[in-house]
Amino acid sequence: MSVFIDIVSWVCIVLGAGFTFVGCLGLWRFPDVFTRMHAGGVAETLGVLFLFLGMAIQAFVILPETKMALLVAGKLIMIAIFLLYTNPTTTHALAQAALWGGIDPETGEEKKEEGTSSKT
Amino acid sequence: MFEFATAVTLISMAIVMAGALKGPTVYDRILAVNTFGTLSVVLIALYGFLDGRPEFLDIAMVYALINFIATIAVTKYIKFSRLGRSADVDEAEDI
Repeated sequence: MSVFIDIVSWVCIVLGAGFTFVGCLGLWRFPDVFTRMHAGGVAETLGVLFLFLGMAIQAFVILPETKMALLVAGKLIMIAIFLLYTNPTTTHALAQAALWGGIDPETGEEKKEEGTSSKT
Repeated sequence: MFEFATAVTLISMAIVMAGALKGPTVYDRILAVNTFGTLSVVLIALYGFLDGRPEFLDIAMVYALINFIATIAVTKYIKFSRLGRSADVDEAEDI
């Protein structure tokens, strides 16, 4: 049973690390700011959630006392829930600011002529 | 295995910081710095497990809170050019 829990937590951690790496690679390679937000959203919700889930399961394996493991896992789940709420909020605010600041979503370039308040 | 996750997180942080230096517009830089902050939260939590005593999670929580507030503040500053009221009242919307 303990081996099964170990395997589940390592699968979660490896999946989380993979999603984080793929998202950050997309944040480097994608052409404009909206597609980069899409890639960054993969990295900072799915990847980070899988990492925290794997660490919370792993806390029950490596920590001897159940009370301490519950405390650590509770803190990890709290951080994960907080990130799950705040990162989409940040991405939404940033997308609205980029749209308002004169970045064309179709071409991904800044509109210079009609943006009266576009500033970068 | 925590070493593997830490190494991947560090490589991702390097890529994201290079993207923040590269990004052509200011929004790319804000996005990259936000992702860097989230990854630093993960790195602090992973370091606690790597060290065998996961007591750094309070610091990770504080980093997550500061990261969110800072990104919202910078985004509002870029959008409205000030932090108190909006620059032109006609187009004032919730950010």
